[in-house]
Amino acid sequence: MPAAGVVMIVAVVLIVLALVYYLVSTIVALQRITDALDKAITGVVGIIEKSAPVDEVVTSINTNLDAGVSLLEGLLVKKAGLSDAVGLVDGLYPGAAAEGFRDFPESKETKAPRISEVYTKGTLTLARLGREAPIAAASPNGPALRNPAYGSHAARILYPEVRQTRPQSMPRSPIIGTDSPVQYVPSESPGVRKRMPVAAGVAGTPEPEATEGGVVKSGLAFLRRLKNDDR
Amino acid sequence: MTLEWIGDAILILVVLPVVVYLLRGVLNAANGIVPSVQQIATAATAGSKDLDATALLLTTQDQVQKTIETAADYGGSLDVILDDAN
Repeated sequence: MPAAGVVMIVAVVLIVLALVYYLVSTIVALQRITDALDKAITGVVGIIEKSAPVDEVVTSINTNLDAGVSLLEGLLVKKAGLSDAVGLVDGLYPGAAAEGFRDFPESKETKAPRISEVYTKGTLTLARLGREAPIAAASPNGPALRNPAYGSHAARILYPEVRQTRPQSMPRSPIIGTDSPVQYVPSESPGVRKRMPVAAGVAGTPEPEATEGGVVKSGLAFLRRLKNDDR
Repeated sequence: MTLEWIGDAILILVVLPVVVYLLRGVLNAANGIVPSVQQIATAATAGSKDLDATALLLTTQDQVQKTIETAADYGGSLDVILDDAN
């Protein structure tokens, strides 16, 4: 065989070896790509399956929240009036008045009263919601339902009749002290006195009271009266 | 004979380098895709795991519904108790 033929065979063999090497390497790389794509497809399928009910659930949540917003906005505007409602919301969340209420587009043009600069949030809430509080006298949306000067009647009627309507009929509070006109002997047990109080300088040496079963008789009499009153 | 030598030279000096160059380019491109695809697979797996909490949306849905119902009841009571502004 001539030398030129041998060289040609060697060249062809080299070309084939190069083809084999690079093509096999490419095949291996493509197999790795295929494996990774399989994993990716599995993950994407999982994402699709898990996110399938999201639309329905989120729509339901948004529907409920929309109803809640409408309810609360409507109630606030109904009870406090649009102007005060905007002022109250702006007082609690500064700047929120600019956005207005969703169901009340005219609230965007409503000028919010600057009520939050004077009163605290809690007072504002009471004043706006109830207008029963004395502070509501300063309400920009009309007079208060309760007179701030004589607004304690509702609280006073919770107490017994005589104490609130005719306090002058109540006995005066005892004067206490070592030189008080009526001297009280300290009690050893609650509700039981060693002796009845007497005016200073009138009583002599106190006599110990008679006892019955270890209980002072005057205390027993008091308990019996109390028991009869209960009947 | 001279033509044979010329053919050998062309095979060794032209054809072989061209074949090697082309195949090497294909191999490099394939190897460059591998890390990208692996990253995509990792991201898809992580995204799928992140969506495991999607089932909690059902709890959220239930809680929101109960909350709105409670607020509606409370609002109804307030509507009765409080006077209207106008």
